Amino acid sequence: MSRLEIRLAPINRSVVVKADVARSFAAFTDRMGRWWPRTHSIGSTPLADVIVEPRVGGRWYERSTDGAECEWGKVLAWDPPGRLILAWQLDANWKYDPALVLEVEITFTALEGGMTRVDLEHRNLERYGDKAATVRDMVGSDNGWVGILKSFVADVEAT
Amino acid sequence: MTDRTDSAATALAALADPTRRQLFEHLRSGPRAVGELARGVTVSRPAVSQHLAVLKAAGLVRDTAAGTRRVYEIDPKGLGAIRAWLDDMWGGALQNFRADLESEDVGKKEKE
Repeated sequence: MSRLEIRLAPINRSVVVKADVARSFAAFTDRMGRWWPRTHSIGSTPLADVIVEPRVGGRWYERSTDGAECEWGKVLAWDPPGRLILAWQLDANWKYDPALVLEVEITFTALEGGMTRVDLEHRNLERYGDKAATVRDMVGSDNGWVGILKSFVADVEAT
Repeated sequence: MTDRTDSAATALAALADPTRRQLFEHLRSGPRAVGELARGVTVSRPAVSQHLAVLKAAGLVRDTAAGTRRVYEIDPKGLGAIRAWLDDMWGGALQNFRADLESEDVGKKEKE
């Protein structure tokens, strides 16, 4: 589209953890259910776990205490221990919408002293207004999402 | 959900309707009069006006009078509410993540 488009600034968040890159990546992906805020879930019963299947195309979903599973999205890029891109596919009030894809890219960068900076970018917020068909085409594309690593504004002083 | 999610949830719910998403998409390329917007969708003009009213109530679009016409455009503040909501969520999530990872460290050291 050559005409003016509305683009929203992505969300950028960073945190520094006292663990090496490999352990940070593993904790982020294997144990999301342990640290995911319990206030943010879509199941009808309380959140029991959040699962990221460790491969491109893997599911990203929550499991409720009654065993029910609710899709959140999928894995778009799986490059341990440095990078992960997830598709965020939750629409109106935390409803799963397979036609909607927002990217969440997480990078893990080694710092001195065995520490790791975790940078998170949640982008494409303007896609909340996209036509479903357009988004579906994007979902079907193999290479559409693995994009350019952006420079992050590091919040190394975050405590 | 906290109270902060309310405006974002309203905006997302407004965009859950396919016709409203279509109207919103048309507005992404610039301001449009109601008549122009109605030509781009299959629903009737009164229905278009109703959908626009929902988008406006959700803070996603705003309207101005241009002579006898009413012109709609995207209100960036509406999507900004969604952004603020997700930003807040990730801030909390990453803090939890660090606390969990580092408490595991403490547990390990105590065991050793």
